Amino acid sequence: MTEAPRKTNVSHIQLRLIPSYIFLIIVSLISVFPLYWMLTAATNTTVEVARGKIWFGTNLLVNYQNLIKQQDLWRAMGNSFLYSTVQTVVCLFVCSLAGYGFELYHDKHKDRLFSILLLAMMVPQVATLIPLFMMVSKMKLLNTVWAFILPSISTPFMIMMFRQNSRNFPVDVLEAARIDGESELRIFFNMYFPIMKSTYAAAAVITFMNSWNAYMWPRVVMKDNSAQTMPMLIANLSNGYAVDYGMMMLGVLFCSLPTIIIFFVLQKQFAEGITGSVK
Amino acid sequence: MNKKKGMGLLARQQAAGWAFLTPATLLIFVMSFWPMVRAFIISFQTGSAANLKWAEPVTKNYQRMLQDKMFQTAMGNTFLYLVIQVPIMLVLAILLAQLLNNKDLKFRGLFRTMIFLPCATALVSYAIIFKSLFATQGLINSALVGIGILKENYNFLGNPASAKAVIIIALLWRWTGYNMVFFLSGLQNIEYSVYEAAKIDGANAWKTFWNITVPLLKPVIVMTGIMSINGTLQLFDESVNLTNGGPANTTITMSHYIYNNSLGQGVANFGYASALSFIVFILVAVLAAINLKVGDTRD
Repeated sequence: MTEAPRKTNVSHIQLRLIPSYIFLIIVSLISVFPLYWMLTAATNTTVEVARGKIWFGTNLLVNYQNLIKQQDLWRAMGNSFLYSTVQTVVCLFVCSLAGYGFELYHDKHKDRLFSILLLAMMVPQVATLIPLFMMVSKMKLLNTVWAFILPSISTPFMIMMFRQNSRNFPVDVLEAARIDGESELRIFFNMYFPIMKSTYAAAAVITFMNSWNAYMWPRVVMKDNSAQTMPMLIANLSNGYAVDYGMMMLGVLFCSLPTIIIFFVLQKQFAEGITGSVK
Repeated sequence: MNKKKGMGLLARQQAAGWAFLTPATLLIFVMSFWPMVRAFIISFQTGSAANLKWAEPVTKNYQRMLQDKMFQTAMGNTFLYLVIQVPIMLVLAILLAQLLNNKDLKFRGLFRTMIFLPCATALVSYAIIFKSLFATQGLINSALVGIGILKENYNFLGNPASAKAVIIIALLWRWTGYNMVFFLSGLQNIEYSVYEAAKIDGANAWKTFWNITVPLLKPVIVMTGIMSINGTLQLFDESVNLTNGGPANTTITMSHYIYNNSLGQGVANFGYASALSFIVFILVAVLAAINLKVGDTRD
């Protein structure tokens, strides 16, 4: 057990891992490259982009000026932030309340109801598009934040996530609070919420990202220019005949930046969020 | 103390439980189940939104579907994406997860982050990025001409076969890391001692992978399979923003076609679009059921 043999052992293991390293490096580069290219293209002129330049240029400011001249960028950024934030807050409240109810008050009937709700996972978005559009326009909600959030406030995925994670909620805390005469709703706010903070964080990350990225439904109900979201804005940019690649990629960068920042800061929560309901 | 009459403590708890799950339940019924029923009813009707009448004969929309070459193309495309992309992606995702689960590997966190990064990108964003990369004057063309693989710039998105290939490549790029995360968390639940035991029994890496890892990952494989099938059958953003269904609707997906028939291009054909969307619903349900059944053989 001296130092020397262990060292050769380690380098032997590393030697055998060389193919793994090569493969992982290639896949990593492919994964990162399109985003890196987006970054560089945002700083170049459209001619430079077309010529295949893959290093940073000096045209960022001009691209920005062209972009805000053509599109109401900050309006769309503001809209996207507003819709996604409201969506996240409302969705988390409604779904966590339900997850809590299904798990900690569970009985035969609630379990059966839960499995019925899960069937909603099978409902394709495009199938409900027309009836929902008719419903929302009849309620005169087109171009409002409510039209944006209504169909995805309550999702089986989120309810399931909170239900699964509620299993870790200590039941004795609940019992003790009841004996102290706390009301059921107070227990939810004062006990459940703080204890389940990490689940809320994961759920918030995933919900915010999903609603920031939503495209089909907003395209149907947020027709008004002043109501448009970032994904809609960049889709408009790319539909012109003469595309200014530098400007367009700057738009794409603006659209991607918030979710990429969230990804880097809260990667653990993001990973937990997407796999959250599986455990 | 016990001033409240009528409701006992237990009954009050019961009522609270039901109250907690009521908003979410109502919303799912009103925003998912009821629209599904509505869509089914509308699928037997014709006319625009304000003026829906029963079709004559009632199954007219469904009969029309049988003769709709474009829908058959859309269905064929969607299945092509499904059959080619999903298996490649899942195998790649398992492989990457397996490699990254090795404790001796250095920079695991860095690799994981980089491979995972694409799924932080909005669907519209990455569709536009790939559209630009594969444009006739795009970077991929410059590179391929530069190193001599292509003689002149090729219009990847102007040819049905290569346009479909670009969509598949883009999908692989966006979703492989996403699925890898599921497999990684699945692998971390497998006890290390299981592998130790296999090693003592003299199993090689390949055998260990097939006889231990894959069976233990089966629930995760079934779940990622269902999610991927579900997602691919509903492909929309990529078809709209990468190829716009083109050239000449040869790469269009089912959801994109339904959208074009209802709310997209000024053709408000709600009845027919609803009939088409009901087919998507049935396909999603049937394929998910098959997947669950196949995944269940272990028990």
